[in-house]
Amino acid sequence: MAKSALLKSSLAKKYWMALTGLFLCLFLAGHLAGNLQLIFSDALHFNQYALFMTSNPAVKILSYLTYFSILFHAVDGFLLTYQNVKARPIGYAKNNPSANSSFSSRNMAVLGTLILVFIVTHMVNFWAVMHFDKNMPLQSITVEVMGQKQELYVTTNGGYMPVSQVAKSYEEAMKTGAQTYIEHRTDFYNTQARVKIGEGYKDLHKITVAFFKDAKLGLIATVLYVIAMFVLAFHLLHGFSSAFQSLGLNHPKYTPAIKGFGKAFAIVVPLLFAIIPVYIHFFLK
Amino acid sequence: MSTAKNINITLKIWRQKNAKSKGSMETYKLDNVSTASSFLEMLDQLNEQLVNERKEPVAFDHDCREGICGMCSLYINGRAHGPDTGITTCQLHMRMFNDGDTIYVEPWRSRAFPVIKDLVVDRSAFDRIQQAGGFVSVNTSGNTIDANATPINKHDADKSFEAAACIGCGACVATCKNGSAMLFVGAKVSQYALLPQGKVEATQRVLNMVRQMDEEGFGNCTNTGACEIECPKGISLENIARMNREYLKASIK
Amino acid sequence: MKLDSKIPEGHISQKWTDYKNHLKLVAPNNRPKIDIIVVGTGLAGASAAASLGEMGYNVKAFCFQDSPRRAHSIAAQGGINAAKNYQNDGDSIYRLFYDTIKGGDYRAREANVHRLAEVSGNIIDQCVAQGVPFARDYGGLLDNRSFGGTQVQRTFYAAGQTGQQLLLGAYSALSRQIGLGRVQMFNRHEMLDLVKVDGKARGIIARNLVTGEIERHSAHAVIIASGGYGNVYFLSTNAMGSNVTAGWKVHKQGAAFANPCFVQIHPTCIPVHGTNQSKLTLMSESLRNSGRIWVPKKKEDAEAIRAGKLKPTQIAEEDRDYYLERRYPAFGNLVPRDVASRAAKERCDAGFGIEANDTNEGVYLDFSTEIQNKGKQAAYAKGNHNPTPEEITALGKQWLEEKYGNLFTMYQKITDENPYETPMKIYPAVHYTMGGVWVDYNLQSTIPGCFVAGEANFSDHGANRLGASALMQGLADGYFVLPYTVSDYLADDIRTGKIPTNTAEFDEAEKRVKDSINFFLNNSGTKSVDHFHKKLGHIMWNKVGMGRNEQGLKEAIAEIAALKDEFYKDVFVPGSADELNPELEKALRVADFIELGQLMAMDALQRKESCGGHFREEYQDAEGETLRDDENFKFVGAWEYNGEDISKEILHKEELKYEFIKIAARNYK
Repeated sequence: MAKSALLKSSLAKKYWMALTGLFLCLFLAGHLAGNLQLIFSDALHFNQYALFMTSNPAVKILSYLTYFSILFHAVDGFLLTYQNVKARPIGYAKNNPSANSSFSSRNMAVLGTLILVFIVTHMVNFWAVMHFDKNMPLQSITVEVMGQKQELYVTTNGGYMPVSQVAKSYEEAMKTGAQTYIEHRTDFYNTQARVKIGEGYKDLHKITVAFFKDAKLGLIATVLYVIAMFVLAFHLLHGFSSAFQSLGLNHPKYTPAIKGFGKAFAIVVPLLFAIIPVYIHFFLK
Repeated sequence: MSTAKNINITLKIWRQKNAKSKGSMETYKLDNVSTASSFLEMLDQLNEQLVNERKEPVAFDHDCREGICGMCSLYINGRAHGPDTGITTCQLHMRMFNDGDTIYVEPWRSRAFPVIKDLVVDRSAFDRIQQAGGFVSVNTSGNTIDANATPINKHDADKSFEAAACIGCGACVATCKNGSAMLFVGAKVSQYALLPQGKVEATQRVLNMVRQMDEEGFGNCTNTGACEIECPKGISLENIARMNREYLKASIK
Repeated sequence: MKLDSKIPEGHISQKWTDYKNHLKLVAPNNRPKIDIIVVGTGLAGASAAASLGEMGYNVKAFCFQDSPRRAHSIAAQGGINAAKNYQNDGDSIYRLFYDTIKGGDYRAREANVHRLAEVSGNIIDQCVAQGVPFARDYGGLLDNRSFGGTQVQRTFYAAGQTGQQLLLGAYSALSRQIGLGRVQMFNRHEMLDLVKVDGKARGIIARNLVTGEIERHSAHAVIIASGGYGNVYFLSTNAMGSNVTAGWKVHKQGAAFANPCFVQIHPTCIPVHGTNQSKLTLMSESLRNSGRIWVPKKKEDAEAIRAGKLKPTQIAEEDRDYYLERRYPAFGNLVPRDVASRAAKERCDAGFGIEANDTNEGVYLDFSTEIQNKGKQAAYAKGNHNPTPEEITALGKQWLEEKYGNLFTMYQKITDENPYETPMKIYPAVHYTMGGVWVDYNLQSTIPGCFVAGEANFSDHGANRLGASALMQGLADGYFVLPYTVSDYLADDIRTGKIPTNTAEFDEAEKRVKDSINFFLNNSGTKSVDHFHKKLGHIMWNKVGMGRNEQGLKEAIAEIAALKDEFYKDVFVPGSADELNPELEKALRVADFIELGQLMAMDALQRKESCGGHFREEYQDAEGETLRDDENFKFVGAWEYNGEDISKEILHKEELKYEFIKIAARNYK
């Protein structure tokens, strides 16, 4: 009884919606903190952060939890919506729902679906590049050595490696005679010994900036991202406090505070997210 | 009343011969409706007119006509129990409408409330939910302890009463975009959960009532809050939260 | 026909206990072999069905509404009496018994009423155990209020929705039994006839209101708990569907109908507004705890108010006639319902009515004094010993809102007037019927095996019912009387076996029902059912209403007989028999109301005295108070059906004996 109650019942579905939703809110906060470095920090720090996020085992667990939450939230949401649509086979000829409920509360499924589309696009644009792109650039800096500009890869142990001396692969190194070549997308290998001598940072910063500054598609991307954040804001406007209600947390004293915080969260978080592409596209030099 | 006047209205009403047939919206003109009349008195007037024209009158559910039996329903101009709040259709008065208005009248729409005829729907799903656990299992012998033997905190007793004030009309289901019955079930669960008498079987009650609710084909709550606004008795969303809490407690027990 | 009330011997306080101890029982293993039908699911029906189901009988329960929870008991507002003496104001079983007999103007049976008072305490215990959320005080104990006709606080309540909470309690008990399979529930079914086999009630014919199917249901006993017949007046506080059909069909099958003329006109209802009005709305009697009833002292003020030239708040204190306080200083605004109603009628008939409707019928129920009193108290309680008038008024209104908020809101929704600012307008309306099917001490009618409970029977309220005692009676009958007395009757039926429904008796009853339905559907009339119902109501209200006289009653009898002919000749019922057909349902009910109406007038005519709600204008004292005739009319008037012509009904008298209460003139001065 109790077991199936926790999986199949209408209420259980709501608990899972709420729990995954609230976890995703936490994720949003963390993700935002990281992304804000695009504005308030430099490329190196951003890429260092990106590396940390993709390699730390604790973060790894959290990220799997996030993937799971997104999937579960979406699947559960579709299931709920399917049942809800089925619950009213014939609709009203005249309906006036705005008299008793907010726009966002009535359109969570639509908003959620749009967000899902956004998440997939977003992951293709950045996450997939970060994880799988063979041609992912590595972080480098340009220094002036005796009046000559020179590009140096930054290594994770704080060292540098001249870009001109690093081959893209062992084969290339053999041809050009470069001392060093790149293996496993980020590792610097000594050509003779074929041992790892250092590691570079994937330059996510560069990818990001290029994406939003792209001459052809940068503006469209920026606008679409801002729209996506509007959608997210509406989804959160209802979702945040609704999750507490679903979990049974409704209290005459605390609920107004939760609702207030939820509203603030729903406005501030997407707003800050939206500022980033705008900043990059229009203001970043 | 001296302020009452007469208005002429157009009605668009759902007509359906029986559960099996397909229905449609039909248009009727009705003149000289006193604004002091209740909405159902206006429908009486229409039916009188239809009977005099040898036409079949509109079937609608109603009984006490003072807002307590929960029998009347009707989705009027896109809202359960019409444009006023805190009332049932029988308490809705024609002074809420203007001369020349077109008024849409439809039955409650829910898979769990199939239409029987015209504006009449079958709400026995609510009875079945109640039968699944909406009670305290005491015998009716009267040989119980003295009524004052267990003092009950006034705040809890009042909250319990507020939940128990539900009249089972189904406006919550009708107005909910998901056709969810959680305000109804939440109110019943809350009434008992707040009283010492009801706590004994709280676990089984909430599990059984929710199971029955799901089997009846009601939708899920998405916390839009529409039910609370349209509920003629102002049953609070707090009751749904309490049910969620009770169910969570019961599920992990 | 012989009326045997079967009142047991012994001292009044021991009768029920001794009687119960000697009733026959049915062993638990035999109960599943026995079927019981319960018609109606109000307080009496639901509690009886739940109790009998729980005992193990096979119960079939019927209601015409879409759910048993909708029965009109749900609309009772004020409260339920019980002799608990929680408030320490000297209450006791005897006092409740005494007040009820006196309130009924000495026309109720002592033994029945005492039993009612005895079990009243158990009702509260039972309801609390079921989770009925009665009002409580800050100590967590049950709160009480006072009601008309008593000087103690013995009324338990749940805001203005006591009936609702009690009915939902009984409904929950019934639901439990339905869930357990011990009660089979038939929603949207209407009983249309009783089936007798060998003189005993053995089943009913019911119509499935959705499909129109005519169904046969057999049982070893039939319980009628179908409520009162106030809708004979068309306009009443009853629900639209409330009807007398079950009781009337039983009457036509041989059950005596007692005291049909005893009707309660409730003093505090919202006045009539117009010709399309379908029903009247009650404002709880509990409002009389806080409101003062008045009309202007000067006729010209009343006229100016009706013309809309003056507002009630503009009438100076000394120009107001608080007529209840003036006439009945001891009880003031809390006199019994019949007294309060008549006093209102007296003032309006004299030309002081304030409502601008066809009849000028309306008086004020004013809360301004209470606002001032309670506002002051509330200010003091807050430590403010020097409150400004504004503070007092604000606090007083707040107090009213806490106590009566829902009623005030309801009033405002209906009338569009704010009762916090201007006095409520009220007028008496038909509310409850004390008369009903005659039953003995076992609640059994003159048909063996046919029991009648709650408002449908006549037993406990005499000629006038006190507030908060209808709920008490319904639950007492269902929870604590019928389970014993029905079992006693059924003890002889354990070997009977299932009652077959394919017998001549069922054929005959079904034919009666089908003939009647076919008649109406095939009648080539021109007028709607409501047309005749309104006409009937008009006759009843004007001639068999609050004031009755010989001439009017005789006219009423003739007019109703003529109306009956016209009805059968000219009624038009659309639709068919095999579908949901509300017009057909109404036609079948109104047919019975017309016959009953005639009997009511006959009963009122034969009762040449004034008592309780029955006021014969010929029998009043110099001050307009009722003049009872105990020598000639201290009896229950029970009518025996004697064929289609109602005027041929035969009156039987059950003499009332008062052994434990000294009969006296009722005095509330």
